[in-house]
Amino acid sequence: MATSSFPEPEASGRVCTEKGGVCRWADERLGLSELIELARHKRVPQHKYSFWYYWGGISLLFFIVQMFTGILLLVYYRAGKEAFESVRQITYDVDFGWLIRSAHSWSANLMVFAVFVHMFSLLFMKAYRKPREFGWWSGLMLLGMVMLFGFSGYLLPMDELSYFATKVGLQIPSMIPGLSGLVNDIVRGGSQVGEATVQRFFALHAVILPLLFLPLLGFHLYLVQRHGNALPPGEAAKPEAERRTIPFFPNFLAQDLAMWLIALNVVTILATLYPWDLGKPADPLTPAPLGIHPEWYFMSQFQLLKVIGAWIPGFAGEIAGMGLFGAVTVFLAVIPLFDPSSSWGKRARLTTWLGVLILGGMIGLTVWGYAVL
Amino acid sequence: MPESTALNDPLLEEPRRRDLLQIGMGAVAVCYGAALGYPVYRYLATPAVRSRLQGEISSVAIPEKSLPATGAATMFLFGTRSAMLIHHEDGAWVAFDAVCTHLGCTVGFEPQNHRIFCPCHGGTYDMKTGEVVAGPPPKGLAAFRVEVTDGHVIVSRT
Repeated sequence: MATSSFPEPEASGRVCTEKGGVCRWADERLGLSELIELARHKRVPQHKYSFWYYWGGISLLFFIVQMFTGILLLVYYRAGKEAFESVRQITYDVDFGWLIRSAHSWSANLMVFAVFVHMFSLLFMKAYRKPREFGWWSGLMLLGMVMLFGFSGYLLPMDELSYFATKVGLQIPSMIPGLSGLVNDIVRGGSQVGEATVQRFFALHAVILPLLFLPLLGFHLYLVQRHGNALPPGEAAKPEAERRTIPFFPNFLAQDLAMWLIALNVVTILATLYPWDLGKPADPLTPAPLGIHPEWYFMSQFQLLKVIGAWIPGFAGEIAGMGLFGAVTVFLAVIPLFDPSSSWGKRARLTTWLGVLILGGMIGLTVWGYAVL
Repeated sequence: MPESTALNDPLLEEPRRRDLLQIGMGAVAVCYGAALGYPVYRYLATPAVRSRLQGEISSVAIPEKSLPATGAATMFLFGTRSAMLIHHEDGAWVAFDAVCTHLGCTVGFEPQNHRIFCPCHGGTYDMKTGEVVAGPPPKGLAAFRVEVTDGHVIVSRT
């Protein structure tokens, strides 16, 4: 090999079992061995909280399911005037259309759930600390976009529930002084939820949000790869010799894929056994159905506004409710700056208790919201 | 006895069990993929299947008001396919499949040139029989049977 000026990939034998062949040919050009070597050197901490490491991956799987089923729905969905009719066709006329739509709806809900679990587990593991601040911030932005995906997607069937949910959902920001015109002209496309709204929500849901979401997700995943998994404070306090790790490849990857398989089975089982319903077509002349409420992931905000509204009546109550909700969002955004000196291994009980308060408040308000429906 | 040595060798038995496991896993993976892929295929194929069923008709009745004048043709759908009904100067009625046998463009009746012509690649057909006269089409246009009854025309497969 003295005459060859090309360096032989050192570990190519590890990817390709035979000398030569297609595998070797591809490896020399794509550097697959290097990737595998990199993956093999990467190690994942193993401790009693390791279970929570899977939730980012599970969220990612649900997102992939969303993209796949979303593209399939795009084949028959027609926004605008025919929105309801096209979803009716997908649900009742097209072969297995009910299944694709049901999988999209179930996976959306499971994705929101997985993203929340992912966020709170990282909050309690203090994974937002140096050097992972950007991972935390990009994650919060992704969470915000997931909520927007949910909100915009909910309108698309244009049935009774989605119509009123969007009506109410857009009414809330309209109450903030100065925002009313913007919501009217830009977001809703008129004073009433209608054809113009569903058409632009479709553009938001299927084009604008994915265009923003995908690069941000890429950035988020790059940071995960760059900094690796964060250790919870209790684990970081241990001497290095006592910490256990497993190789990312193939051990952690295999566990991750097993989790994906479980998650995929959960989606398919739920979508098959509990197919998503389609209500009556939206009709502005029909009163809102009794017991109307938002999707569960907006329930805590809904209940908060209701409770504060009863307490401080009128406009001030709305502002107080939104102010409190805004404060929680700001707290989550500044937490890496608020908690900077806490070096690895320090527990910082204040942020933990604030996190518990937020999580407890959200769960409590959600349960309360459903209880008083 | 080299065969029995090979069978009893524990070093050779282990990979065999592993191979079996791998084949089993592969089979499960293929079944899983098929279970996911089948509904997706059926979902995407729905309009094609429906239109195929719609196309499976044996005759079409053309009402009087749509019938062409002498020396003219009218286009109609036979199921989902374009077709043409020609009323010749001599009073004869003929009907053809109007899809060019070359690459599928819709053909047109040109009475002034006494032909059926495909503008895409210049395929030319006889206006009475549908046979290829010139150009690239590999075969003639399929002809239908035409029955003229009171007031309307019934076009059916031959």
